[in-house]
Amino acid sequence: MTLPGFPHAMPLEGLIGGLLIGLAAAIMLLGLGRIAGVSGMTARATGIADSGAPRNLAIAFVVGLPLGALLVTLATGGVETQFPASNGTLIIAGLLVGIGTRLGSGCTSGHGVCGMSRLSPRSIVATATFMASGFATVAAMRLLGFIG
Amino acid sequence: MKTAVTALLSGLLFGAGLAYSGMADPARVQGFLDLFGAWDPTLAFVMAGAMAPMAIAWLFQKRMTSPIACEAFDLPGTSLLDRKLVGGAVLFGMGWGIGGLCPGPAMADLAIEPVKAAIFVLAMLAGMVLHRFASR
Repeated sequence: MTLPGFPHAMPLEGLIGGLLIGLAAAIMLLGLGRIAGVSGMTARATGIADSGAPRNLAIAFVVGLPLGALLVTLATGGVETQFPASNGTLIIAGLLVGIGTRLGSGCTSGHGVCGMSRLSPRSIVATATFMASGFATVAAMRLLGFIG
Repeated sequence: MKTAVTALLSGLLFGAGLAYSGMADPARVQGFLDLFGAWDPTLAFVMAGAMAPMAIAWLFQKRMTSPIACEAFDLPGTSLLDRKLVGGAVLFGMGWGIGGLCPGPAMADLAIEPVKAAIFVLAMLAGMVLHRFASR
């Protein structure tokens, strides 16, 4: 299915994949009483964070992420990805994401999916802020000639 | 054991959803953030799809005294709005825009594009460690 005017968009795959993500987060919430926040779970699984989910639970969740992606890759014959060519770009981006998600207590999953659907003012402010920051950053990159 | 299996199932579904939705592709995510380029709205469909079951889950959560597979809910507060929250979100958004990656897709991509994803994830972990030492 394509969206008129947006030939590259995948609205149906997006919705179905989104439902799987929402279901995953609902299992974490109703089953284990926690937010399925990937930055927090990753920090906990690696031992960078001292508090939060029980360690074994965080590790199981974080290990599940690439395994789930692998299943889709095998089932569909490949998932298309296009990464930034420069490793320096990846490193700068990763550092900012690591610092930012710890300072701001969450990312697209915890604040975006879980917090917004809870109507948490904290998560709504965080999500609006990182979205605005993302839009502004890409606009600046376009202006400076890094993309486009 | 039961809790670890439940968490693994949650992670599996989460990773599968990220890969199936196109969100494992940094170029597609950056395309969503690129309002002045060939804007790709797919991420908005993913968010809508994910928030629907979660909105229902929160309705159930309010009526439950404890989760199904463990003893108690352990949920963060919702009201504190401070400089850390906003400053962190600004930095995260910058990194998200530069790389087209946030933590979930980066972890999922370890199975799809292992070398590139590992470079990002290691830098992300280094950023988390930096934050930990800086906030002492």
